[in-house]
Amino acid sequence: MSTAHISARSPARRLPLHWLGILPFAAFVTLFLILPTMKIVVGAFQTPDGSFTLDNIQGLFTPSILAAYWISIKISVASALLGCLAGFAISAAVVFGGLPRGIRGPLLTFSGVASNFAGVPLAFAFLATLGPVGIVNVFLRSELGVDLRALGFNILSFWGLTITYLFFQIPLMILIITPALDGLKREWREAASILGATGFQYWRMVAFPILLPSILGTLALLFANAFGAVATAIALTGSSLSIVPILLFAQIRGDVLGNPHLGYALAFGMIVVTGVANAIYIWLRARSERWLK
Amino acid sequence: MKKIWAWGALFFGILYFTLPLVGMTNFSLKMRRGEYSFEAYARVFGDPRFQETFTYSVTQALFTIVFGVLLVVPTAYWIRLKLPGLRPYVEFVTLLPLVIPAIVIVFGYIRLYNTSSWLPLTGSAFGTNILLMFGYATLALPYMYRAVDTGLRTIDVATLTEAAQSLGAGWTTILARIILPNVLVAVLSGAFLTFAIVIGEFTMAALLNRPAFGPYMQLLGANRAYEPAALAVIAFGITWGCLGLIQLVSRFQKSAPPKA
Repeated sequence: MSTAHISARSPARRLPLHWLGILPFAAFVTLFLILPTMKIVVGAFQTPDGSFTLDNIQGLFTPSILAAYWISIKISVASALLGCLAGFAISAAVVFGGLPRGIRGPLLTFSGVASNFAGVPLAFAFLATLGPVGIVNVFLRSELGVDLRALGFNILSFWGLTITYLFFQIPLMILIITPALDGLKREWREAASILGATGFQYWRMVAFPILLPSILGTLALLFANAFGAVATAIALTGSSLSIVPILLFAQIRGDVLGNPHLGYALAFGMIVVTGVANAIYIWLRARSERWLK
Repeated sequence: MKKIWAWGALFFGILYFTLPLVGMTNFSLKMRRGEYSFEAYARVFGDPRFQETFTYSVTQALFTIVFGVLLVVPTAYWIRLKLPGLRPYVEFVTLLPLVIPAIVIVFGYIRLYNTSSWLPLTGSAFGTNILLMFGYATLALPYMYRAVDTGLRTIDVATLTEAAQSLGAGWTTILARIILPNVLVAVLSGAFLTFAIVIGEFTMAALLNRPAFGPYMQLLGANRAYEPAALAVIAFGITWGCLGLIQLVSRFQKSAPPKA
């Protein structure tokens, strides 16, 4: 078969076949991912009869909705920060702390499980632990005479939710940051100490700047992770704590805001917040990969 | 000095992660006053609602897995073979469900496929089940696609395809008898993760009003004291079991050098 023969017939035959191959996937993604999301985004800028408006977006700036966003953001920031800190400490302890090597494998496996253990059962686990008759409360009351409730701690609160979220935030941090810590090359540390740097100087001037994009990126990811979590919050607090996902859930169930299109705007706001956080994550991750290969 | 800090961090971690697990296990065993018993578990397993919702969720999970495999394997294969230029875009799309919260996606479903729309999926129980399965497939897409794509990286797709074609195999034969067996381990780990996600999922099932395991757990949690802890232990066991199975099948993977 001559080359001229192939090139003569291939353009006509090739094009349609190629695209047909991913048609099912494209159709599925369009129908069940892109279009539903677009419906929400477009709906956020529409009046019930379909004309363009900014009223819904403006409606987000009422005190009750702003308060919901604010408490959501606070919980997400608190659980992301604490999760980063604790996850980094545990990961650093295992990678540099001179702990037995056997700890590492089980720790990473457990992190894989725990980072997936969110939702309703997680809320039950914490109720049984820190709730009014949970083991920690009972133990403190009967053995030490300390009443957490009297001290103002309540599992159905800002701190209760933050502590619960940490159960999936810390493992996620460990899973992402451990490879980054492994990527710190021994030669860098040796080079620094040859140049006369102390351990602290090495961390402050070499290791930390290299790790910073990874840490900030993971922080953004953890933030988005907590911000979108619905099931844990609902199972834990019912609807007593008015965070955005719970408000949106109630709105979808029964139009509690009195305006269906305000619900679209609420959901649109969630996409914007998680979208920005994820964009930051992706951008910083690309930056950190220069060093940590 | 450094070692003390390291042990301290590890100790804190172990304490934080074991306490809730101990707490829920302990609580789930205390249904009878003054003694440990499996009463709560017996109640849970004996509850017909538990059996119904659990069976429903398992069925949904199996259908989601089959649908996901049929959707993702041919697509990932085709993109590796014929449309490598599209890879970054498809990868971006498959990661979108991690960015868009599930509650927003299902909100879109409800508005897009309600009884007065052009595709009234929520009009019947069967249609809603299908819609819920598509929703689960969307949630599982990032994990499924990544697993399969990584699996395809370890084999030489082009050579295998050409060899099969020159022996006279059609596309169905190539996919079912050449490609699928080669990426089976990757597909299985994607499948187990999908299973774990679907069994525990709450938001989509609750908003679409389907009798799934997640909403049942939430309902029981609002009304009972000891059974929820038993359910949490069972759910944790399922998650643990699924991820254990992933580890197990990964061990059977031939350690072929990855080809980018």
